[in-house]
Amino acid sequence: MHEFLQFTVIGIAIGAVYAVAASGLVVTYSTTGVFNFAHGAVAMVSAFSFSEMTVTHGLPVWLALVVVIGVEAPILGVLVQLLMRRLFGASVERSLMVTLGLLLILLGAADEIWGGQSSRQPGQLYSGATSYSVLGVHLTVANLLVMIVAAGVAIFLGFFLKRTRTGVAMRAVVDDPDLLAMAGASPARIATMGWIIGVVLAAVAGILIAPLQGGNLSQTTLTLFVVNAYAAAVFGRLRNLPVTFVAALGVGLGETYIGNYLQQYEPGFTQNWLSVPSQTLPIVFLLIALLILPQDRLRAVGRAVTTRIPKVASLGQSLVGGAAVVALALLASVALGTDWQGIVRQGLIFGIVALSLVLLTGYAGQVSLCQVTFAGVGAFAMGKVTGGGSWLGVLAAVGLSAGVGMLVAWPTTRLRGLYLALFTLAVAAFADAWFFTNTNYLFDYNHSSSLLIKRLGLFGISFEGNRAEMILLAVAFALASILVLALRRGVFGRRLVGLSDSPAACATVGLNVKATKLAVFGISAGLAGLAGALYGTNQGFVGALDFQFLISLNVLLMLVIWGARSTSGALVAGLCSAVLLQKGGNLSGIILGVGVLVIGWLPNGIIGTGWPMLRELVRDRSPGEAPAPEAELVEDAGHAA
Amino acid sequence: MSEVSQGEGWWQASDGKWYAPSLHPDVASGEPEPEPAPEPGVPAGVVVSPERNPASLELVGIRAGYGRIEVLHGIDLTVPAGSVFALLGPNGAGKSTLLKVAGGRMRPTAGKVLVADHETHRHGGADALARAGVCSIPEGRGIFPNLTVRENLLIWTYQGKVRLPEVEERAYARFPKLGQRRKQVAGTLSGGEQQMLAFARALVGNPRVLLLDEISMGLAPLIVAELYEVVGQLAAEGITILLVEQFIQTAVAVATRAAIVVHGRVEREGSPAEIAAEAAEHYLAGSGG
Repeated sequence: MHEFLQFTVIGIAIGAVYAVAASGLVVTYSTTGVFNFAHGAVAMVSAFSFSEMTVTHGLPVWLALVVVIGVEAPILGVLVQLLMRRLFGASVERSLMVTLGLLLILLGAADEIWGGQSSRQPGQLYSGATSYSVLGVHLTVANLLVMIVAAGVAIFLGFFLKRTRTGVAMRAVVDDPDLLAMAGASPARIATMGWIIGVVLAAVAGILIAPLQGGNLSQTTLTLFVVNAYAAAVFGRLRNLPVTFVAALGVGLGETYIGNYLQQYEPGFTQNWLSVPSQTLPIVFLLIALLILPQDRLRAVGRAVTTRIPKVASLGQSLVGGAAVVALALLASVALGTDWQGIVRQGLIFGIVALSLVLLTGYAGQVSLCQVTFAGVGAFAMGKVTGGGSWLGVLAAVGLSAGVGMLVAWPTTRLRGLYLALFTLAVAAFADAWFFTNTNYLFDYNHSSSLLIKRLGLFGISFEGNRAEMILLAVAFALASILVLALRRGVFGRRLVGLSDSPAACATVGLNVKATKLAVFGISAGLAGLAGALYGTNQGFVGALDFQFLISLNVLLMLVIWGARSTSGALVAGLCSAVLLQKGGNLSGIILGVGVLVIGWLPNGIIGTGWPMLRELVRDRSPGEAPAPEAELVEDAGHAA
Repeated sequence: MSEVSQGEGWWQASDGKWYAPSLHPDVASGEPEPEPAPEPGVPAGVVVSPERNPASLELVGIRAGYGRIEVLHGIDLTVPAGSVFALLGPNGAGKSTLLKVAGGRMRPTAGKVLVADHETHRHGGADALARAGVCSIPEGRGIFPNLTVRENLLIWTYQGKVRLPEVEERAYARFPKLGQRRKQVAGTLSGGEQQMLAFARALVGNPRVLLLDEISMGLAPLIVAELYEVVGQLAAEGITILLVEQFIQTAVAVATRAAIVVHGRVEREGSPAEIAAEAAEHYLAGSGG
C-alpha cells in the first residue's frame, strides 16, 4: 500500500508535466488550427538552454527561468506565427509539413550547439534534497513544485480562456478570422497569442520533465516525450482542456504503475521478447486514444484545389523516363567513385520509398510518417526468408509490408488527416522503441545486433558487385515508377485523387472509401517493403537504427520539397535524402527544415512548379515555333531532367 | 419562429410568378405587418449613443476581383453622411464584393475608399477599420457559433470603447430574446436569434458607417421586419448605412438613395423609387444571372 502511494505521487508528478505540455498543444491547436509537431522539440531546446545557463554557466535559477520562459520562448512563438501566417487556411497536410520541418530545424540546431558534449546534466529548479513525509510517502520538493506549476497552469488557462476578452477571442479566431477582424480584433495578434502560450507551456514542460527523467539530457528522448502529451491531447480531442488534464494525469499514473510493477514482479522483463520498455507505454496510450476517437465526418473538401492539375505521363513517356533512369545509373556506375556510388544506390532505394509516398500522400492525400517503418518490416521479412538472396524473400517482404500497411490503415480509415499522421507517427515510434531494437528475439537468432541479408541473383547473374546492384536498383525504381504512373492513369488513380479532393463526394457516388484507403495503403506499404528488402541486400545487413522515424520524416519532407505528385520528384527526393544523410551531418535537418519552410507552400513542389515554368520560358524565347494552344503540364516527363 | 410556406401570404405578380410576402408592396410599406408587442418593462426605443458622428463613405474607381477574375470594373459611389444607400442588382453583379472592399475585408486592385474623406486602406485591414467606426455585418450568420451569447457580445466590445455590461444592456434591451439566452451557445440559437446577435454589433460599437450584406437571407419575414425596424432606427440616429438586399421593396422602404449594380458597374443611381422600378427590370431580364 505504501509503495502504491509512492508510485502514485511520482505518477501524478509525471502526469502533471504531461498536462502542462498537452495543454500547450491544445491551446495552440484551438487557436490556430495547427497541431504543433515541433512541440517536443521546443521543450527539448528549452531544457537544454536552461541546463546550459544554470549548470554550465552557473546563472541563478530565476534568471535562467526569466530568459528561457520569458524571452526565448515568446520570441520562438512569434517566429513560428510569422512562418504560419502565410499558411492560414492551408490544408492540414501543408501546415503539418511545416511544423515537421520546424521539428527538424530545432533538432538540427540542438545537435549543432549541444551535440558535441556527450553528457549534460539537466538544470534543476530546486537542487536541494528536502522532502516531506506524508503518511510515510516521500514527497520531494521537486515533485511538489511540478504539481503546483501544473495546478497554476490549469487555473490560469481556465480563467484566461473563459473570462478575458483575449482568451474568448482566441477560442473564436480559428472558426472565423474574418468575422473577428470585422469585430475589430486583429486575428494575427490573437493567433500570435496562441502560439506564444503554446510555446511557453512547452518550454515550462521541458524544464520540468528534464530532472524527472533522471540521468543525462537526451535530445531524442526529450523530443519524443511529448508523444505522451499527444496522447493526453488526443483524449481531449485537441479542444477540451479539462479532459486533457485528467487524461495527462492518467497517462502519467499508468506509465508509472506499469513500469514499476513490471520491473518489480518480472525483473527479467527487459530481456523477454514481449518486453515493453517504458518509453513504448505512452505510444500505446496514444494508439488507444486514437482508436477510441469517434468517427470523423467525411469532409467535403480535402485540400485546396490547385489551379492546374498536373497532367500524368503516358505509358510511352513513363517507359522512356524509366529507361533514362537505368541509363543514368549505368553512367553513374562508371563515372562516380565508390563513395558516391553508395550514395546513389541508397538514393535509388529511398526513391522507391518516396514513390510509395507519391501514391499515398501525393495522389491520395494520406499522410504517412511511418513509410520507412514499412521498409524495415520488408527488410525483416527479406532477412528471415533464407537469410536474403532469394526472390522469395522479396515477395515475402512486399507481402508482409503490404499486410502491415493495411493493418495500420484499418483503424485510421475513419480518421481525419491530422489523426492519421499522429497514428502513423505512433506506429513509427513504437516500431523504433520495440520492434527494431528488440534485437535479441525478433531480429536475429544469433544475438547479434544486426540481421544479415545476402545480395540477390537472377538467371545466373549475381548482383554481388556494386555496379550490378546499382543497375538492379535503377531497374527496380523504373519499374516501380511505371507501376505508380499506370495506377494513377487507371480507374484506381482517379479514385485516389477523388479521395484526396473530397471524401464526401466519393462516398455519395458510391465509392467505397474504406476499401480504397486500405488498398492504397497496402500497395504503398508493399512498395516501401520492396525498398526495405533492397536496402538490406544493398547494405548486406540491417540494424536497429536503419529504419528510424526521422528517416521517414526526411524522405517525406524531401518529397514535398521536390513535388509530392511527381515520380521524378520521388527520384530526386530519394537521391537528395541519401546525400543529406551521408554528407549533411548535423546540418541536414536544418537544410531540410528550411527547405520545407521556403518551398513547402508550393502545392506541386519544385519540379511540379518549375518544370512547366521552364517550358513556358523556353517557348517564349523561341518565337519561331508555333506556340501550343495551351500550356501543357506534363507531370512526369522529367525523369531524365 | 415559423417558416412561411408557399400560399401563406405569397402573391402573384403581373409576370405570373410567385413572390415572397415580404416582396409585396404592402409589406414593405409596413401596413399589414403586425408589430411585435414590446416586452413589458423594456423601453421601446433604445437609446444608442447620442453623440453620433456620421461619416460619408466614398468609393473612387474601385477595381477588385478574385484571383485573375475581376468582379468590379471601376466603381464610383458616394454615400453622403447620414444617408441610407441601397445597392440593388442581380446575383453575381458584385454587390457583396463591393461591401467587402468598403469594409476593408478585401483589397481593391485599383481605386480608393474614403471614410469621412480619409483614405481607409492606409489604416490597415478590416479590424482597424472596425475600430475606426466602419461596422460590417456579413452575409450569412455573423456570429461565433461555438461561443455563448455573452462571449459573442464580449468580442463585440473590441469595436468601440465600451464595456461588456453596457453592451449586454443595449443588446438585451433591443433583443430581449438574447437576454434570455445569454449563457446558451450561439450555434444552438434559431436563425433569427443568430442574426439578432450578429446585428447587436451594430448597436454596441457606436459605428459611424454600417455595411449590411443581405441581412434578410434565410429568415422569416417577421424577423426581417424586426431587423429592418432597427435599421430604420439607426438611420434615424444618423448613421450612414450602405446595404445590399435581395428584397427590393424592403430595401427601398428604408433607403434614401439607391443604385443598381450590374456586371461590376454602377448602372444607375437615383431615388429609391426610380431605382426600384428599374431594378425589377434588371432582375427579371436576367441580365446578370
